[in-house]
This record gives sequence, C-alpha cells and structure tokens, in this order.
Amino acid sequence: MVVQALVDLGVDTVFGYPGGAVLPIYDALYKHPTIKHILVRHEQAATHAAEGYARSTGKPGVVLVTSGPGATNAVTGITDALLDSIPMVVLTGQVPTTLIGTDAFQECDTVGITRHCTKHNYLVMDPDRLGPIMHEAFHIATHGRPGPVVIDIPKNVQVATGTYSVPEFIQHNSYRPQVEPDADAIAQAIDMIAAAERPIFYTGGGIINAGPDASAALRQLVSLTGAPITSTLMGLGAFPADDPKWLGMLGMHGTYEANMAMNRADLIIAVGARFDDRVTGRLDAFSPDSKKIHIDIDRSSINKIVPVDLAVVGDAGRALDALIAAWGDKGHKARDLGEWWRRVDGWRATRCLDFPEKKEPDADIMPQRAVKALFDATRGMDPIITTEVGQHQMWAAQHFGFFAPNRWLTSGGLGTMGYGFPAAVGAQIANPNRLVICIAGEASLQMNIQEMGTVSQYRLPVKIFILNNEWMGMVRQWQELTYESRYSNSYSDSLPDFVKLADAYGWTGLRIDTLGQLEDGIAKMIDTPGPVIVDCRVAQLANCFPMIPSGAAHTDMILQPNDITGTMDDEAKALV
Amino acid sequence: MKIKTEAGERHVLAITVDNEAGVLAKITGLFTARGYNIESLTVADITADHALSRITIVTSGPPPIIDQIIAQLDRLVPVHKVVDLTDAGETHVEREIALVKVAGTGDKRIEALRMADVFRAKVVDTTLTSFIFEITGTSDKVDRFIALMRECGLVEVGRTGVVAIARGPEAL
Ligand SMILES: Cc1ncc(C[n+]2csc(CCOP(=O)(O)OP(=O)(O)O)c2C)c(N)n1
Ligand SMILES: [Mg+2]
Repeated sequence: MVVQALVDLGVDTVFGYPGGAVLPIYDALYKHPTIKHILVRHEQAATHAAEGYARSTGKPGVVLVTSGPGATNAVTGITDALLDSIPMVVLTGQVPTTLIGTDAFQECDTVGITRHCTKHNYLVMDPDRLGPIMHEAFHIATHGRPGPVVIDIPKNVQVATGTYSVPEFIQHNSYRPQVEPDADAIAQAIDMIAAAERPIFYTGGGIINAGPDASAALRQLVSLTGAPITSTLMGLGAFPADDPKWLGMLGMHGTYEANMAMNRADLIIAVGARFDDRVTGRLDAFSPDSKKIHIDIDRSSINKIVPVDLAVVGDAGRALDALIAAWGDKGHKARDLGEWWRRVDGWRATRCLDFPEKKEPDADIMPQRAVKALFDATRGMDPIITTEVGQHQMWAAQHFGFFAPNRWLTSGGLGTMGYGFPAAVGAQIANPNRLVICIAGEASLQMNIQEMGTVSQYRLPVKIFILNNEWMGMVRQWQELTYESRYSNSYSDSLPDFVKLADAYGWTGLRIDTLGQLEDGIAKMIDTPGPVIVDCRVAQLANCFPMIPSGAAHTDMILQPNDITGTMDDEAKALV
Repeated sequence: MKIKTEAGERHVLAITVDNEAGVLAKITGLFTARGYNIESLTVADITADHALSRITIVTSGPPPIIDQIIAQLDRLVPVHKVVDLTDAGETHVEREIALVKVAGTGDKRIEALRMADVFRAKVVDTTLTSFIFEITGTSDKVDRFIALMRECGLVEVGRTGVVAIARGPEAL
C-alpha cells in the first residue's frame, strides 16, 4: 500500500536504507518498474540526498529508513530540511503496534524525537488510514512553507490488508496556509516602493521555493523599479549575478555594498527571507532608518526578529506577480534613483571581495582564486553546485556566480557539515545529465565520505572539489578573532590521501598543489567521465572576508585581515 | 555576563486543536523550545464526536512575543484556531476550580468553615478533623482563598488551571 501510494503521488526516486522494520516495504520495492530506490551508506546521507533532489527539482524528496537507529540517523537531515524549508517525506519503520512502548528491539519514539524537527509527523496505527495519511503528508510537505514530514509505520500496519483510499482533493481541515496575498497590502506595498528614494530588495530561499516563475517575476519587478537587490545565502540564483543591480549576498560574510545599502536604505522589500541573525548583525543597529515590507508565506516569520511596517502574507511568486500588476495598474514610473546608486557604487568601489594573492605558477592557491577558476571554467555549463559548511561555503557563495534558481544547494539554517556531498548525489540522481559539483572542505567531506560507495554503485558522475586547507578553517578563523589564536582541536589531522581513496572506490582522483596547476586540474576534472575527487591544496591560513563580527553592526564590517582584533568580551563571544 | 529576560503582561489564549495523540506535546514543546512561559494549561475535548479539543493557555510576555506565540501556534498543522481572549481587555470570563483540603479541630476548623462561606466555597468532603472545599472563581480569588486557608490548617491543594471564554453571543 505504501508503494502504491508513492506511485500515485508521482514519486520516482526513494533514498533509503533497509532494516527489519521496513522489510515489507523493501519487498514491495523489489524490481519495481517505476520507483528507483537509491541505496545510501548512512541514513543521514539519504536525507541530504533527498534535500539535494528536492532543491534541484522543486519536487519533494522521499526517504525510507528502518526503525530505531535508522530513524535517529535521519534526524539531522530532517532538521536541516526544516530550517531550510525543503519539502521532504520520510517514511520510518516502527516495531509492531503490539510492541510499541515496550523497549522492543530497535524501537525508539520516532514521533517523539522528530516532533520538533518536522513540519508535521504521524504514527500510523490503523492500516485504513495509511493511504490518506501518505497523501496528506505530501500535501503538507509541499504546501505553504515547505518542510519535512515523517510517517512512522509499524511493521504490522505495513503488512495488514487495509483499504487503500486516495483523497480526491486535499483540503486539510486545519492546515490552510495563505497563498494569495492580500490586495490592500499589495496596493500599499507598491506605493511604498514607488515612493522610496533608497529602496533595496532583500530576498531569500522563499523565492527559490516559490518556483522558477517567482525568480522571473523578481527580475521583472527589480527592473521596473530600478532598485538594487541583495539576497541571503539561501536565495542565491533567484537573481542573475551579472546584472548591475545585483549587490551580492548580504550578512556576516556578505558584501560591503549589500550590507551598507541595507543599513542606509529608506525601504527594505524583504521577500521570502527571515531576518536571520547571520543576516541582520546587531539588531539595534539593523537598517535603522528604513521602512520595511515583509513578504512571506509564513506569518510567524513576520515581526519575529525585526518589526516591519507592512506585512504581506502569501506565496512569494504570487505576491511579486501582484506587485508587478499593481505597478502597471497604478501607472507608477521608476524614480530617478541616481543619487542612491552613486552611493551604492561608492561602497562597491571598496572591492570588498578582492583578496591578496601571489601570481607565480608555483604559488599557493588562494581558495577564493580556486572558486573563481571553477566558476570561469564551468560558465555556460549551467552546473549545479553544492557545498559543505565552512569557509569554502562562504567563498563559494561570494565568488561563484549564479544565474538561475535551483543551482545552488547549501545548508543555511542548520549549517550541517556533511550536507554537501550527499546533496550532490541527490541532485545528480535528479539531473543525470547535468554537471554537479560539490565544493567541499576536507573536514566536512569526511562526515559523509562513505557515500563514495553510493556514487560508484549508481555510476554517478559527481565531482567533489575539495578546498583542502588542512584546517577546520571557519573554526580556526573564529579562534583567531575571538580566542587569541588558541587553535583548540581545529587542525584536520590524519587526513586520508584523497587520491588513493578515490582509487579505492573506483573514482578518479586528482591533486592540485600550485596555482600553475589550477586551470588544467579543473579542466581535467570536468572532462573526466564518471566521479572525480579533486584534492585542491589551498593556502592554509587564508580567512574569509569581508566579515561582520558577531554582535557588530552592518557598518562595522571587517574588510581586511589586518582589521582583526585578538579578543572579544563575553557578550560578543556568547553571540557566536 | 548576565542573561536578560523581559517582563510582560498576562494573556489567555484559547486554542482549538484536533483531538489526536501528540498535540499537547507539540504545543507544550513549542513553548519550551522557544522559551515562552506557560502559567497554566487546561485541555479537554469539546465536541460530541471527540474530534476537537480546546486548550486554554495562560502565558505572559511583551506584546511582540505574544504575537509571535500566536503565529507559531497557528502554523502547527493540527491547530485550527488561536484566539487571544485578553486582546480586547475585559471581554472574557475566566474560571478555575480548586479542591482545598484543610485539617484541624476547634477554632481553626470553625474559622475555615466561616471563611469558606464568605468565598462561597462548597464543602465536598468532611471528617471530624478535616474538610475538602471546592472553590470556583478567577485565579486571583482562588489564590486569596488558599492564602487564608494556610492560616487554618491547609494540607493539600489541587487546581484545574484556567478555562476562559469570550463574553457575548458569538462563538470563537
Ligand atoms: C555537523 C557539524 N559539526 C560542527 C560544525 C561546526 N563547524 C562549522 S565550520 C567547521 C569547520 C569546517 O571545516 P572544513 O570542512 O575543512 O571547511 P573550511 O572552513 O576549512 O573551509 C565546523 C567544525 C558544523 N557546522 N556542523
Ligand atoms: Mg578545511
């Protein structure tokens, strides 16, 4: 019945790992004609792969794991999907209903454990409810603000002969998110936008979740108004990086121009973004003189952190469409924002993403240079890029340009090391003919490195590009900034030989040591069919700038390494 | 370094939810996870088919936090409706029941009974050396009664927590 429901729901791929409590479902999947099961090597990877699948396609990712340890291993990925609003349905096996609560073998309280890291969860006690619950779960995972839903299915419910029923049309009796924005709010918003002298668009992952049409609408509205635009880490790709109105990412490692423009703006138009602490910096200094419009599908995101002047609850795409229509209906014309742009260009002139580097062929590779080279080499190939978490993630966000949504997969809210590689696996499964590259740190990669086996098994041409600095670079950077360079446990000791490891799994392994080898190495990675791991040795002590230190305001960015101070007070440390 | 907390005003929330396993855990978990206060919580199903429950929560916090609590509750899948009964001032009725056991003999016993009469508390059980009073009223009134009973041999208290309903002819 579970598999029948998956077929009816249009599921083509399931990421999972078998075990006693899901054997009946696995048996139904045996040689299944339409559903492809991808056997991972660790359940956490199944959840991240499902996220990669979802983020790159817009369709929900599906995971199947066994009870007990299978379910607990999935918890990190479920939480990651909750924080980044990724649609995902996780099926977990459970001990038979007769044994629930007895500490049976491989029993755990899955609905209890996942209650607060899912959008919703179910324990199916009645086989007749299985069909409706499966359909409802997919509905909830994909409607409103997307998120993960867990369905815990006891083994005896899996084998019971219940009646399978498909709800005609799901109108949930209590969950009805507001999708259509309020017309009055839209009218008010467009007047505020038309009247602003220093407007800025601040967009987030919600635009990506609202589908490619929302990104198209965003481009149109930005061009109508002529206003500058910045985005969060999760929103990259919604607006093309080569457009002159694009200021780059904002926030802790955002650009100087984006953060200064946010600070000096008289109107912020926030779309599908949630004023995260990594974005706002010190709250009492956050954009003090601006009015704020907040468009979000989740009302609880509005006024949560920053009080706003106008709330528009609804789908980002619908809201943007409505704003464009209202702009035309009211006959608004773009204002002359010349003075505002002159100021923005002044901030741009600091060239905050520039970095010091040596140019000799035998010089160390600056990690920023490696990302830029990767970007240049893959231009026109429309690659999908995933990252792990750390400095390399921020360098990728800063130096890799994105032109379309669903090409940038990273763990934003939870910041999960170990996300990037399995996410690349999921993205590659969903997009077999695309170039999928995971930009990794050597430490993060080791958190789910076992998935090399999965890649070999399904012959996926995933490329891993390691910015190997032999440090948990982001941790080391914070230790320099905050703890007088006492490098407590942040050195990546006893690293494997990644080239030999590639060999062991039947991959191609490459190593790049010097600047002179960079371009050729990248070209070789791209040209080599099948999976490739590139151990790109980069300058070990490079740090990621610009940076807003914790507890500081947007205007107090550190632009250069020598702006660093050695220690911080407890208040600042606590904000880390 | 000190961790600051903000004081706030008291609000009574009436929440209608699906009467299914785990709802209460979800709601109380939300309060603990996000650091909101629960001063009192009551729950019982309220429809003939037992499909819906009403939860009354007394919480406190500054207005933006109360607004956030309501929004957070509202987006939970099994939650149908969240109403802040305190919103429009004194437009709702609040009651709480307490059972109060008092033990003693002589003057204290007589005094307890006299006081109970003043508070319109009922005697629901009695022995030669004890009473159980049932008192209904606002939390304030119940508090005051219990405080007086402390002087008269109070041994045990059970309270229901607050239930509340808006004034006037309309439903929630
Ligand atoms: C699962 C998990 N554990 C710990 C952390 C904290 N953390 C953030 S970045 C980082 C270091 C990452 O090192 P590496 O992958 O080598 O990336 P780099 O910063 O060197 O580019 C750590 C330990 C985390 N984000 N996730
Ligand atoms: Mg590293």
